[in-house]
Amino acid sequence: MKNILARLEERRAGARLGGGLSRIDAQHKRGKLTARERIGLLLDHGSFEEYDMFVEHRATEFGADRTKIPGDGVVTGWGTINGRTVFVFAKDFTVFGGSLSEAHAQKMVKIQDMALKARAPIIGLFDAGGARIQEGVAALGGYGEVFRRNVHASGVIPQISVIMGPCAGGDVYSPAMTDFIFMVRDTSYMFVTGPEVVKTVTNEIVTAEELGGASVHATRSAVADGAFENDVECLLQMRRFVDFLPADSGSGVPEWPSFDDVERVENSLDTLVPDNPNKPYDMKELIHKVVDEGDFFELSPSFAKNILIGFGRIAGRTVGFVANQPMVLAGVLDSDASRKAARFVRFCNAFSIPIVTFVDVPGFLPGTAQESGGLIKNGAKLLFAYSQCTVPLVTVITRKAFGGAYDVMASKHIGADVNYAWPSAQIAVMGAKGAVEIIFRSDLHDPEKIQARTHEYEDRFMSPFVAAERGYIDEVIMPHSTRRRIARALSMLRTKTLEMPAKKHDNLPL
Amino acid sequence: MFKRILIANRGEIACRIIKTARRMGIATVAVYSDADKDALHVEMADTAVNIGPPPAAQSYLLIDKIVAACRQTGAEAVHPGYGFLSEREAFAEALKEAGIVFIGPNQRAIAAMGDKIESKKTAAAAGVSTVPGFLGTIEDETHAVKIADEIGYPVMIKASAGGGGKGMRIAYNAGEVAEGFSRARSEARSAFGDDRVFIEKFIVDPRHVEIQVLGDKHGNVIHLGERECSIQRRNQKVVEEAPSPLLDAATREKMGAQAVALAKAVGYDSAGTVEFVAGQDKSFYFLEMNTRLQVEHPVTELITGVDLVEQMIRVAAGEKLTLTQKDVKISGWAVESRVYAEDPFRNFLPSIGRVVRMRTPIERTADGVDKVTVRIDTGVYEGGEISLYYDPLIAKLITHADSRAGAIDMQARALDRFYVEGIRHNIPFLSALMQHPRWAEGRLSTRFIAEEWPDGFVPLAPDADKEKTIAAVAAVMEFQITERKRKISGQMKHPHVPGDRRRIVLVGKSEIELEVEREGNGIAVHFIENGKRGPKRYTESAWKPGDPVWLGVIDDDPVAVQATDIPNGHVMSHHGIEVKVYVYKPWEAFAIRLMPEKVKADTGKKVMCPMPGLVLSIDVTPGQEVKAGETLAIIEAMKMENVLRAERDGTVARVLAKKGDSLPVDAVILEFA
Repeated sequence: MKNILARLEERRAGARLGGGLSRIDAQHKRGKLTARERIGLLLDHGSFEEYDMFVEHRATEFGADRTKIPGDGVVTGWGTINGRTVFVFAKDFTVFGGSLSEAHAQKMVKIQDMALKARAPIIGLFDAGGARIQEGVAALGGYGEVFRRNVHASGVIPQISVIMGPCAGGDVYSPAMTDFIFMVRDTSYMFVTGPEVVKTVTNEIVTAEELGGASVHATRSAVADGAFENDVECLLQMRRFVDFLPADSGSGVPEWPSFDDVERVENSLDTLVPDNPNKPYDMKELIHKVVDEGDFFELSPSFAKNILIGFGRIAGRTVGFVANQPMVLAGVLDSDASRKAARFVRFCNAFSIPIVTFVDVPGFLPGTAQESGGLIKNGAKLLFAYSQCTVPLVTVITRKAFGGAYDVMASKHIGADVNYAWPSAQIAVMGAKGAVEIIFRSDLHDPEKIQARTHEYEDRFMSPFVAAERGYIDEVIMPHSTRRRIARALSMLRTKTLEMPAKKHDNLPL
Repeated sequence: MFKRILIANRGEIACRIIKTARRMGIATVAVYSDADKDALHVEMADTAVNIGPPPAAQSYLLIDKIVAACRQTGAEAVHPGYGFLSEREAFAEALKEAGIVFIGPNQRAIAAMGDKIESKKTAAAAGVSTVPGFLGTIEDETHAVKIADEIGYPVMIKASAGGGGKGMRIAYNAGEVAEGFSRARSEARSAFGDDRVFIEKFIVDPRHVEIQVLGDKHGNVIHLGERECSIQRRNQKVVEEAPSPLLDAATREKMGAQAVALAKAVGYDSAGTVEFVAGQDKSFYFLEMNTRLQVEHPVTELITGVDLVEQMIRVAAGEKLTLTQKDVKISGWAVESRVYAEDPFRNFLPSIGRVVRMRTPIERTADGVDKVTVRIDTGVYEGGEISLYYDPLIAKLITHADSRAGAIDMQARALDRFYVEGIRHNIPFLSALMQHPRWAEGRLSTRFIAEEWPDGFVPLAPDADKEKTIAAVAAVMEFQITERKRKISGQMKHPHVPGDRRRIVLVGKSEIELEVEREGNGIAVHFIENGKRGPKRYTESAWKPGDPVWLGVIDDDPVAVQATDIPNGHVMSHHGIEVKVYVYKPWEAFAIRLMPEKVKADTGKKVMCPMPGLVLSIDVTPGQEVKAGETLAIIEAMKMENVLRAERDGTVARVLAKKGDSLPVDAVILEFA
């Protein structure tokens, strides 16, 4: 019997070596960790239980049957992050370049099914060369099985994709359908077709980094939600990220004891909004001073910077934050900002994460570029996303809330539960000058009259009180008490119950 | 006594004056410009009067506005603070005409000391030692040598018409004087078309020592000892102390007597300062007299126990000095640091903007148990603004203890507790200075900073002991954070949570292995040596996640370490050290060693217009070095100002847009090198 037990250990040791020591060295030389090292950093130490360690491919074409490596290019299993269950698969670049075979896909599918049944998040670590060509259509079939499961799990369990090496062709679409994609700078890239194909087809000469590096996807394409310096930083930040996420759509947000008093008063917020209404200020300061311990996990920090999204906690419980950023493009809503925020709002709603919205928006960005770029439909995405929310929504207007953008930014009318405004809020259909020039067009020739009218308009409408008189604003609050007010509102709304009309599914303006 | 006084100043000094006035039961009136409407001095005063737009020339320097503000509020007297109108004879005159008392010296004294040459003559006449020199026409080399012999070497030969270093020569003996004289003369002729030169004593490694004097309207004048202000950067005082480590009792008495003589000679009747340049041999020569309260007056207050502002108010009201020279006792040592919004990493360029966070050390007064005083004079608060219109002083941090070493130690500890975020500041520099051995020895000179940091400021590297302190603090912080993570909801019934206490702490490039565990009321850190537990540090602290400063006790020694979050770690600063610190579990440390060191890729050289807009300002010029976060340009679009900031450090190569340009989206505004 002892012999048999020893044989198991031998086989395990062999499988753990993956593609062998020389390939592991090569992986390290590229500045990358191996699949098992990565899982070791991501999960609680020693908590990983690997499945299908001995799975091998069954292909025979092109002499494929002469080389078989246990595991077949992907390491799968489950473990814990701070004691909470997560399922993991990690592409093993040392084994067939991590390429996807039928057997490889079956391993992924098994883990996807388990994660969905167990109602726990699934995290994929990507570092692979796409389909295993030798397997032909069987590999494509494998992809399809993975894709379908991504979609079925969408909105039920959080799905996170971490790109830590090449991710090309069929491999990109599974991450694309998950909730979040994170990348490692300089060592990872994602594209549908690689530089060689690009050159053949379009004669464009481009490097992998220029085509699909983190510099592209985290700043311009918005395919990625964040980028990190190296494998270690990335994986440890993923641990931090998972701490914010619920296990599934129904279990509610995680909670831990907060070190931060919910009654904490921040007097400095009373001077956050400058006297000059055209001067920018940093909305991040408000978020940092409102959340527990100043801990804010910002998503998409380098894309559409005119809107801020991310997770924080209040009273130890996760909250999603959406905020216009006056520092960038005056905090205007454009196509990119609307798309960015809309997807985040929908994630929060799907997973029962309350949303706090900070508003300082001068309107939608005018111009041909925006209109021809589909601002109408992109803006509608955010409007749609907020309007379908059933989670608690708390909104604070710090300064401008103009025009249609006022409605969109979690206004009372589209379903927000508690709407606060700072005394500096200006809730109006538009700025004073523009409004006066339209209403009093006949006075345009008389600058004095126009000035008087502008003052009148400012006095009457450039404040939170017209909206408050109508009940669109529940309460005008002192900036320094923002944290306390939000904490109270969220606490009151913990039992919020709201159901949307039964339907097969909605038809978001994609 | 006055019922109400107006303070014709702003910032910390206005606040400081208000405090004393309040203690004396005098109502206070603040004046403020539009930029200061939310300033601390406005909040502290009983009443406040707006005196105009932000530029000082249109507000704080307008005599008429101040007089009008006095009339409007019924203020009987005005304290001018320092700077602004404090030494303007015309201001004292205007107040007198309006029947308002000027809390400062009489006009005659201001006038007599206001003119540099006149004041020197007055000083010489009063028997104050002035720099020996010859101001007449020097005929030839022989004459020059004769003069130099009389003055004593080394001497400085300088063009009468010159400025800067042109035509200036230092001569250490007769031969050098002869040669230097003809050269200086010919250089002066070619540079200024005027070949007159003069010779005066050259003071090697000069020090700045000044005497605080105090007089009343009844002819009494006393001095309150000296202050040394040799730590200067480009003639701006940075750190001051009292007494001076240079002086002995005899020199102090001599210097004090001369200062009093000068004050008496001009009928001085308030607080004033007689400044001297001193040689390392304790020789000293009159520089000038400042007829106002000095920025650094608190160090004198702490060693003498005299409130100078109170004295100024009393003598201005006509009271006799109750203090005599005999009553003035100097006890202990005081050190003052000027905390400025100046970036030491960028050649001390001023930094302006919002003070996002500011946590000052706790003020304390010496008592029977603890003979240490910490005092903070500030006019800035968290959420306030350092504006471009005024002096970028954030605060003056003053510490007092029995000894100089004690005052310096307390200063270093207090600086560790002084946290400022949002604007760049010189605390890293001040902290490094407090650790400097030459400063500790008191071997000072006005060239100290230039000599000790010839290539600009760099933070200190930690020694083995400080490395351990920093590592212990980082490990304890991580321990508390990790402990809380284990309390997250939704865990498996029997989660596999490893109890591994071993940590590898990276402090800069050093790796420190340790183990952390709770012990009694605190947390113990065991350093691992040869695989086994070695020396231990025991910590107690009320720190919790989110606090930017770890305040606690390590083995009975109070310690403060500042920690700013970076991904997975902190930038920690303590005693002039600034270092990146990461706390890793052993397997994480193994992995981090495999990670390549990245050279920052130089991408994004162009700064483009983010949206169609109007250029309101371009804030950089070609060749200028900028740090990440610095303002490059401001674009107005949608009637809003958009501040374009540098995304990384770099040098501006070209500027392609100018103020007033109307730009389309993606137009290149400037390019980096």
